[in-house]
Amino acid sequence: MTSAETGYNFAYLDEDSKRLIRRALLKAVAVPGYQVPFAGREMPMPYGWGTGGIQVTAALIGPDDVLKVIDQGSDDTTNAVSIRAFFSKTAGVATTTVTGEASIIQTRHRIPERPLKPGQIMVYQVPIPEPLRWLEPGETETRVLHALGEYGLMYVKLYEDISRHGRIATSYDYPVEVFGRYIMSPSPIPRFDNPKLDRSPALHLFGAGREKRIYAVPPYSPVRSLDFEDYPFAVQRWPEVCAICGASDSYLDEVVLDDGGRRLFVCSDSDYCAGRAGKGSPPQ
Amino acid sequence: MYVAVKGGAKAIEAAHRLMAKRRRGNPELPGISLDQIREQLGLAVDRVMAEGSLYSPELAALAVKQARGDLVEAIFLLRAARATFPRFGYCLPVDTGTMRVERRISATWKDLPGGQLLGPTFDYTHRLLDYSLMEEKEPAGRDGPAEIKGPGMKSPEMKRPKALKALLGEGLMEAEEDDGREPGDITRQPVDFPVDRAGRLQNLARSDEGFTLALAYSTQRGFGSVHPFVAELRQGTLSVEFTPEELGFPVTLGEIDLTECETVNQFKGGGGQPPTFTRGYGLAFGHNERKALAMAIVDRALRAEELGEEIKGPAQNQEFVFSHSDNVEAAGFVSHIKLPHYVDFQAELSMLRQMRKAANDDQR
Amino acid sequence: MTRPILSARGVDKYYGGRVGCRGVSFDLYPGEILGLVGESGSGKTTLLNVLAGRLSPSGGRVLYRGPDGSEHDLQQLSEAGRRRLLRTELGFVHQRAGDGLRPLVSAGANIGERLMAGGWRRYGRIRSEAADWLARVEIPADRLDDRPADYSGGMRQRLQIARNLVTRPRLVFMDEPTGGLDVSVQARLLDLIRHLAARLDLAVVLVTHDLAVARLLSQRLMVMKSGQVVESGLTDQVLDDPQHPYSQLLVSAMLQV
Repeated sequence: MTSAETGYNFAYLDEDSKRLIRRALLKAVAVPGYQVPFAGREMPMPYGWGTGGIQVTAALIGPDDVLKVIDQGSDDTTNAVSIRAFFSKTAGVATTTVTGEASIIQTRHRIPERPLKPGQIMVYQVPIPEPLRWLEPGETETRVLHALGEYGLMYVKLYEDISRHGRIATSYDYPVEVFGRYIMSPSPIPRFDNPKLDRSPALHLFGAGREKRIYAVPPYSPVRSLDFEDYPFAVQRWPEVCAICGASDSYLDEVVLDDGGRRLFVCSDSDYCAGRAGKGSPPQ
Repeated sequence: MYVAVKGGAKAIEAAHRLMAKRRRGNPELPGISLDQIREQLGLAVDRVMAEGSLYSPELAALAVKQARGDLVEAIFLLRAARATFPRFGYCLPVDTGTMRVERRISATWKDLPGGQLLGPTFDYTHRLLDYSLMEEKEPAGRDGPAEIKGPGMKSPEMKRPKALKALLGEGLMEAEEDDGREPGDITRQPVDFPVDRAGRLQNLARSDEGFTLALAYSTQRGFGSVHPFVAELRQGTLSVEFTPEELGFPVTLGEIDLTECETVNQFKGGGGQPPTFTRGYGLAFGHNERKALAMAIVDRALRAEELGEEIKGPAQNQEFVFSHSDNVEAAGFVSHIKLPHYVDFQAELSMLRQMRKAANDDQR
Repeated sequence: MTRPILSARGVDKYYGGRVGCRGVSFDLYPGEILGLVGESGSGKTTLLNVLAGRLSPSGGRVLYRGPDGSEHDLQQLSEAGRRRLLRTELGFVHQRAGDGLRPLVSAGANIGERLMAGGWRRYGRIRSEAADWLARVEIPADRLDDRPADYSGGMRQRLQIARNLVTRPRLVFMDEPTGGLDVSVQARLLDLIRHLAARLDLAVVLVTHDLAVARLLSQRLMVMKSGQVVESGLTDQVLDDPQHPYSQLLVSAMLQV
């Protein structure tokens, strides 16, 4: 199925590469939270700009899919625009900005505010898939630690946070335990989004292109954010509400208005904000 | 107030138009042709082919042109194209001993079968800017530089046996035998550490020249001990053969230029083994001497574990080398921090505010 | 009758054709401190690493007997089992404290790591246990949140010991624990090791080239030369009346200093 316009195969990748990625995806779903190595391809975007997520989406997407792409929660950030345009061009699929209408949502750094539904697939772009990497730089050793479930090291990091800052100071890419077994990086989503992974009805797929790893959280999997009994996991809250839609339950971006330090807060999820404000798109 | 994240599509479009304009430069000057790039910026084309892992002077020249001379960008363009090309199969292994050499030197033997052949090299040029090249364009025409005659040039077709064969016969050089195993393909199979030598060589062959050069240099300065002699450096032309399934016999696909470097290194024997020399190996598309030499040194450094040597430098650490040598990966990841990180930064900002508030409350 | 906590039977270790150690057999009993002495290159550190399961022997067996009397061959154990033993019932004190510590995390986290690996999930308890051990190795309580990188050499070594002892191991391997420290710092550390070993009923295999250290700490000695044990016996016996010419040489060298 070659697109006449681009001269490339449907959704860019050749079918052999897609099969290879789907095999890795199946394994990832079978072993939740386990990082499956795969022979990632060079994509026409730079590594670090979402090539892992793009390969996962390319391997999954069919002509009937409806694709939503967000970066920082918004459909209109430059990289989200660029990736959405890539799939419109190479696969000709329908795209949407409405969370509820999408069958595949590729994301960088956020999970949408609207609860996901059964049948939806979240595809995450992952820069560093290894949650132990900052503590143990060697891949050989971290793979052994995962295989043996030796996670004392991960708690050393949390301990250190508390003794230094009085709290667990990891604000994004906050490590989670999936199905009581593997410790996993949820990608750099704010910890605010971590609870959305727990027993989510959607399928969550994570692609790390440069590091060549794929992992998954299947629907309804228990996902626990690591913590101590006496320092339980908690999400960040704002004293402010969204200046556009008034939401008090969403993740807020801070917008600096002038040099005098005036600022206001707006929803990071542009679709959620627009929906609440009752308009097709957020006001300019 | 929402301007910061709106209008992404328009901005991207405008950026593309600006880039196209910049690429063309002053439109009053003639555009540069792919032929000119291939013929007159040949070493740039060679580097792009080597690190782009695709032997195609034409596409490499196109990439250099499109990337406005940014070679790392050109390498990326070629790689991305390569990833989509269908594969018919693997060519037969080339025997570099049958190379029609244009240049062939040995630093270990004054003379050797086949002789030394200096060939085209920057080595003995004085690095003085040649102001005569600033003069008007060199005119095109049939009269190129005269045929060059010199010692060794009389029989460029002459086969020159590999220099290291001399040592092999005496048993002074470690033997490298084909164990018949099919080598892996790092672009098709996931990499699992430790990576065998075939995989490491594939990685080094496409590794960034600057990175590889710096690693090789670091071993010479004591961060890992490699004491190399250049046994042979050869550069020239070879035929590539392929056996189509339906034919069952090899056919020649064409000719490619290669640069190959083999180093001899000291190795104290042990475990009842008499001492032998060991070797490092480097190979690059085109004329790519600096790369082939650096690759041979790093290949040898990476054999530290296999040879029971103390690991004391980054060049000997295969995870370090393998994971950081690829400039498409490195340039991508370093540049990705230009992407918006509003969300993560916001998370850090509010965490910091909370912590400072808590600290202030404590003081009170 | 007590049974040995560690038994070596005909342990060999070759590096290619070179001998690391050869034909070593002995029994170590709970609460006993065994010194391995010899000049550098005599094979004592190789033997220590084989005994601790950090190197696999070329021949022979090393058996560790657990508190319930079960025997474990460290080489036969699964990787998971071996690692579990190494961070619970066994300990290893490196000559360079840096090799046994995480230099960039606090002393508290260094001590607490074994506990957290063992499933401790209450920060307050981990911290108070770490503070308790800091006191036991005579480090002031206000250094709990400092990093080993900010400690003096002697303190770092005491911290490494605390990090090992926090899970109450029964057997600790020590590789020149006082090497490279000032004489006055050494004396204090030796005193500490002696008291802790006695109070916790620790069995210790101690590698040292310093016969004075061996005399102070160990009840029994094995003298090694060229990878083999040339003499073994009670420490006083070996040092006061050495039988093997090499032991005599070692002892006389010490007396001249």
